[in-house]
Order: sequence, then structure tokens, then C-alpha cells
Amino acid sequence: MPKIGWLRLPLTLTYLFLYTPIVVLVIMSFNASKTPFVWKGFSTRWYTELFQDDLIRQGFINTMIVAVSATILATILGTLLAIGISRYFRSAILEAYALAPAIIPDLALAIGLLAFFSLMGVTLSLVSVLLSHVVFGMAFVAAVVIARMGQTDSSLEEASRDLGGNALTTFFKITLPSLAPGIIAGALLVFTLSLDEFVVAYFTNGPATPTLPIVIYSMVRFGVTPEINALAALLLLVSFTFVISAQRITRLTDSV
Amino acid sequence: MQRKFRTASLALAGTMAGALILTACGGSGDTAGAALDPNADLTKQTLTISNWAGYYPEDQTAAVEAAIGTPLTITNHATNEEIMAKLTAGGDSGIDVAFVSGQFAQALNEAGLIEPINPAFVPNLSNLYPEAQQLAYDPGNKFSVPYAWGTTGICYRSDLVDAPTSWNDILEPTDANKGKVTALATERWLMLPAQKALGFSANTTDEAEMQQVKEKLIAAKPGLLAYDDTTFFSRLVSGEATMVVAWDGWCNYGSAEDPNIKFVIPKEGSDLWADTMVVLKTSKNKEAALAYINYILDPVNHAWVAENILYKVPNGPAMKAVTGLTADYPNMGMTPTDLLKGESLVDLGEAGPSYTKIATEVTSS
Amino acid sequence: MSTSTKTRTNGGRGASRRRALRARAIFAGPGLLYITAFMSIPLILIFVYSFFTRGRFGGVVWEFTSQNYSRLFESVYVNVFVSSIAIAGTTTLLALLLGYPTAYAITRLSPKWRTIALVLVVLPFWTNFLIRTYAWIILLNSEGPVNSGLLSLGIIGAPLGLLYTPGAVIVGLLYAYLPLVVLPIYASLERADRQLLEAASNLGANRFRAFFDVTLPLSLPGAMIGAIFVFVPSLGNFVVPELLGGGKTVMVGNLIRDQFLEARDWPFGAVIALSVVALLVILFAIQAAIARRINGKAVTRA
Repeated sequence: MPKIGWLRLPLTLTYLFLYTPIVVLVIMSFNASKTPFVWKGFSTRWYTELFQDDLIRQGFINTMIVAVSATILATILGTLLAIGISRYFRSAILEAYALAPAIIPDLALAIGLLAFFSLMGVTLSLVSVLLSHVVFGMAFVAAVVIARMGQTDSSLEEASRDLGGNALTTFFKITLPSLAPGIIAGALLVFTLSLDEFVVAYFTNGPATPTLPIVIYSMVRFGVTPEINALAALLLLVSFTFVISAQRITRLTDSV
Repeated sequence: MQRKFRTASLALAGTMAGALILTACGGSGDTAGAALDPNADLTKQTLTISNWAGYYPEDQTAAVEAAIGTPLTITNHATNEEIMAKLTAGGDSGIDVAFVSGQFAQALNEAGLIEPINPAFVPNLSNLYPEAQQLAYDPGNKFSVPYAWGTTGICYRSDLVDAPTSWNDILEPTDANKGKVTALATERWLMLPAQKALGFSANTTDEAEMQQVKEKLIAAKPGLLAYDDTTFFSRLVSGEATMVVAWDGWCNYGSAEDPNIKFVIPKEGSDLWADTMVVLKTSKNKEAALAYINYILDPVNHAWVAENILYKVPNGPAMKAVTGLTADYPNMGMTPTDLLKGESLVDLGEAGPSYTKIATEVTSS
Repeated sequence: MSTSTKTRTNGGRGASRRRALRARAIFAGPGLLYITAFMSIPLILIFVYSFFTRGRFGGVVWEFTSQNYSRLFESVYVNVFVSSIAIAGTTTLLALLLGYPTAYAITRLSPKWRTIALVLVVLPFWTNFLIRTYAWIILLNSEGPVNSGLLSLGIIGAPLGLLYTPGAVIVGLLYAYLPLVVLPIYASLERADRQLLEAASNLGANRFRAFFDVTLPLSLPGAMIGAIFVFVPSLGNFVVPELLGGGKTVMVGNLIRDQFLEARDWPFGAVIALSVVALLVILFAIQAAIARRINGKAVTRA
């Protein structure tokens, strides 16, 4: 392998660029001082204040409701879709259609859904957000599972059927377990996406039940506060954990 | 071919079935027209209210529950436009009482979305100043009840600049102040300084006049630091800005942090705005909603609001109780007569979109 | 996928066709239906709306008009498109300048480090987008670390007005979408690089020529995908121009948002949004065409 040499520079620059704001944010969240840029000692008081804030608590609960339900629905639909497309259809066009929700600009999808819900007389609420999150969450799960299917071997399933197993048994005992890493990774990714998703939620949510990103949006418009820093640091931690887990799960079983 | 047709019709049928199911789940019963029950048990109702962040005392949820027995949830909206969009999107928004500026209450009423205010359920209406009962957007407070009112002016650092006297001090700042002034971002208040500086009405729909307003605002843009509705007083506190267009109560937040921050109404005149409470027709808790409004209008509670949010409230007895604030916050001492010198903002009807277009032309120039 | 040549013991060809159809319906059916209901139909709906008039309070009045489309060409909106394309374009260029060498550097790492490096690049993308933008408000603030640092180093005398400028918007957009540029470039470099460089060096080409004549063209499809992933979302973004631009930079995303949430002019908002979708489709089509030509010309692998 040729040495990395001068390429180290852009690589380092990229990481610096990507991580400096995050590091600054995390450091600031522990700053005891209220005025942001004067360091007055280490303190976790903003974290405790965070947990006492009503609006943030509301937002967190609402976001959890949506994220968990969306993950369940999206994972089921997305996995089925992935199997159906890569095994039974094998059409590039259908595959593109299945992945389209993830690629469509989120603003266009958001306003389309708003118009759709409005026309159908569907009340805007966490349910409408949930339905919206599922449509692109499903595409992400499908993408991951399709990739996983490309790596696995269908001969095990053939064997199972030849040995007399019916379709259902084959599906649950052979297919699903072999796809499990992809399904789990997809689920973790959808959860993270839904947790952080702002644009679609902003348009399709009812005003009475804000999700956490929407709460953050209103807070951020008022300026920099230490509470937001603490919240930001926590959310970063959660996202990082989920994504790294998703990555390790798909990697760990690459050798299977 | 046949297979594709079957799959297609299956898809279509499935979609329609799904849509029908959704409609069934989503549509709410029509509660309009149901008579209000004076003996309704308020502890069995719940209240969801949408208000601006920081525009109510922090203990309001607990205080209201203690006073009228109804559990209260407060959510926030950042601008009138935001809550308007959600309320007009159709269906039940889940909001019982919304806080919107008067001209928007007028629009909501024309859209048939809000419930008339039944005075029998809100006896404290009598505490409102007579002037506050005849505001231009809703004379007689038939569908809205004013919560806070005031005017717009220039908030400035008296230690950094001389007191401004005209809207042109922001629209055409001196070199020393270039890049250190901000204007309000939301449409009606974006236009106001130019409208007044040119001697026009704040409710004008005359195309020629608005053309001049647009040109003046476009010329003003290079001198601005930002269009800012929410962080402008902290810009004053930090010294990044020396003069900002601001609502009077908001300027008081700045004065609270730095006594050098003062408020002035330019000589060309300004507006009279009122933030009102409206009850949504789709609310299933109308009795509790009206009880909440009545609670607010109680002089003690309304005075507590004024003390906490540092805006004037249109409640005579309440304002008498807070005269002590006037020393630190002079604009709290404005009387209704003073306020009425400002031009009351009303809904623009069909001309609304033209304002949006001009706002876009200005901010994108 | 391997297909079994053993005959099934139950049914025969007709039955297995029906089974295949049933399997398709069971597996792909729900998902495809869902996408149709919640993506395609909404998009078709706003397309239909674009031909009708705005309702007074939002929604649509069924009076046909082509005015929404002609309005798009008024100078105020054309200006917004042009400046949005300029900003999104600059962001894309910077993303490629930084992202391409990064992707290339990652291909040069040992396999163990490669995965870690990739994950580290992509990780920020999975975090809350608002927070990432907010982080830049902190950094670029007049009292923030950037200004304080420059002040204390004596490089500047007074805090720079970094925030609320088009530059701040570009930085914010770059920060949001840089991870998305690295992945596709890395993927196409990884596939192309080793085998062809080997072939090229076997044929006596030096490293520079190998790169410019072989690697670069082969990585072009991936680079274009990456560019699209930065360009189109940047156009449709309204949060960054609002938070970092001080309301002074209006982009296409802001226009769409304003039409829906402020002017409540849904038909016109639909037109603008659909033009962004159309742009996406056109760009993808161009990319696909170029990709086909390049891969056609490439040395085929054995």
C-alpha cells in the first residue's frame, strides 16, 4: 500500500472541521458560567436544569413515541420490501422506487405530506409524523437489508426447502436470522434518523405535541443558551452510540 | 400484462382503503354549535395552549391548575405565521386556546375557525380598559380577548448612541451605526418602519405606496446587521448592535440586563398591536378555555403576567397594581390614550400575499 | 442468486408462478403500497395543486391557472434561485475539494483503519442537524471562540462579523453535507483504484498519469453522486440560511417554507418544491449518462 503522504493534510482538515464544533459544544455544556464564552469552572448544572424543563421533557417523550413506533413499522415494511424486491422482482426500477423516499428532498416530501394529510382530513399530530417518518425510514432499512442480501447466500434457504421445510418455516428459521444483522442495523439507523429528524416533522406535526427537534428549533432561534449545549451534547452521545453499534453489528458478522 | 394490471389495481385499492381508514381515524367530531355548559366539571377537561416562549409566568401551569382545576399544557410557537399555518391546516390541531396577534385573530375569525367569546363565561372582561374593548381588528371583543398590548419602536444603547428620533435612524444609519442595527423579520413589522417614515398607513394596500416602501427597505438592507425577531436585545447587551427595531416590552428585557438600554417611539409614529387569546372551534374543552381566559383577566393574575413578561396588559386594575415598574421600565407607564396614538394593525385580507412577496424581495435583495 | 433446477414436488409451473406472485405480493406489496400512498400520491397531489389557485387561508381553490408557473420567472424569484445556486454551488465545490482528497486518503489506509476512518467521517451526519448548525452559531458568534482566538492572537482588532453573512451559510451547509460527499467518492475509488492502478503500472505509467488518466475518470460517477448529495439538499435547506444568515440570505428552501407557512400560498410553494425535485431528477439522469459512458470506456476487469 502506497503511503498516505501529503493526503494526511486534507484528511486531518476534514476531521478537524467536522469535530471541532462538536468538541466546543460538549466543553461548553460543562461550563458553569451562564455567559457562554467565559469559562467559570466545571459544572453539570445545565444537565440537571435540562431534566426539569417541561417543554424539553414533552419534546423528548413525543420524540420517543414517534421514533420507537416508526422504527418498528419501518423495519417490518422495509425488510419485507427488501426481500420482495431483491428476491422476487429483481428490477432495478423497483429498487430505485423503493429507495426514492430517502433521496427525495425532505422539504418536498414534507409539503407533499402536509397537503396530503390536509386533503384527507387527517389531524396533524404525532400520528401524522409517525406515518411520515416510516416512509423514508423504510427506504433506509430496505437499502441496508438489500445490501446485506447481496452478501448472503440463498443456498441455505434452498436446502431448507429441499429438506421439506415450508415457506413460513424457511422464512423464520433461515432467512430472517441470516438477515438479522442488516435488519438490526437498519432499525438502529431509522431510530437515529427519526430522533433527529426536523424538516418533515416541522410540517406534519400538530402544534400541541412538538418533537424534540422542533423544541430545539424554537430554543435555538432565541440564541445560545447553556441548556441547549447540554441537550446537544446528550443527543450527540445517543446518536454516536446508535450509529457505532449499527456499524459494529454489520461488521462483526461479515465473517459469518 | 394481466398480472401488472392486477398488481396496479391492487395497489390502487389498497391505497384508497388506507386513505379511508386514515380519514376515519383523523376526522374529529364537529363540536361547533354545542351549547356551553355553565356547570361543566372543569377538572375533567384539559387545556392545551399555544403561546410565545417566555410570554407567560413560569409558574402558570401550576397556578392555573390550582385556580380552575384543569390540567394545563403549554406549547410554544415562535411567530404568528407558524401557529396560523398549523391552525389553518384543517382538522383538529389539539389546541384549545391560541395566543395570536389581533390581525391574525381577525383572519382566523374570517376563516370560521374560532369560537365567539361568550361574555357570560368571562365576567372579568369588564376589567379591560374601554379602549381595549374597541380595538380595530375586533370591536367588542367578539372572538378574541386582548392579553398584552403595546407599540413598536427603537430600542437603543444610550451609552453608545444619542437617542434616535426617527425611523430613518435605522433605515439610513450613520456610518458609525452601519452594520449595527437590526430590523424585525416578520412581515408586518418589517414594513412598519418604512411605512411610517414615508407617512403611509401601516395597513396600506395601495400598490404605489408599497412600491415605495419596498424600495426604501431594499436601500436599507446593506446597513443592517440582521433581520431579527428573537435575539435582538442580546445583540444590544453585547454591543454588537446599537439600535434595534423592537416591541416595547421586549426592550424591557434588555433594560433589565443593562440600564443603558432605553426605548423610544420615533416621531413619525408607530403601531398599536395587541396579542390576543382565541378559543378554537375544534376545542373539546371550551368551558375550561373560557375559564382560563377569565382567570387571566383577574387583576391579580393579569398583574402577575405584566410583572413577569414586562409588557403592558390592557387591564385597568392590573396596571394600577404595577405602577412600581414604571421607574425602571418607562414604557410600562404608557396609558391607553398614549397607545391609541399608534395605528391599530388589522388583517389585510386579499392583500396579504403581496406583503409576503415584498418581504421576500427585500430580504433576498 | 442460484436457481434450483430440481422440479418442485407440489404443483408444477402454474402453481410455482402463482406462488411467486403471492410471494411478491406478500413481501413487496405492503412496502410498495406504503410508498405509493405516502410519497408518490403526496407528490402527485402537490403537482396537481400547482395548477390551481391558493385558498385564502391555505389549501387550494379549484380554479385552474398556469400563473403559478409563470410567477416562477419573475425577477425576485429568479434572483433567489440564482443566488441559491451560487451558494449551493460554492458549497459543493468546497465539499469536493475537501472530500475527494479525504476519500482518496482513506483508500490508502490499511483495512482496519479504513472502516474507522469512514465511520468517523459519517458519524456527524447522523446527529441532529439543528445542533450541528447551532454549533456554528457558537463558534462564529462575535464573542465566540473564533473571534476570541483571532483577537487574542492579535490578528484582528475588533470582532469580525462572521455570523449573518453568506459565508456563514456556506460554512453551515458544508458542515451539514460534507460526510455525504466522501462516501460515494470512496466507494467508486475503492472499486476502481487497486486493479486498474496495478494494470496501469504494469503497463509502465507513472503514478500521476495513472491517477489522471485512469483513477480520476473512474471515480467521476461517484464524485458526481456526492456532488448531487450536497448540491440539491443545500438548495432546499431553510434552517441554515435562517439561523446563520440572519434572514439576509434567502434561498430556495426559505422560499418554499415561506409560501407554505407564511403566505399560505400552497400552489406556488408546490411549484418551487417540484422544480427542486425536477432538478434532482435531471442531475441524476446526467450522472447516469456520464457514468455509463465512463464505465463503458473503462478497462474491463477480468
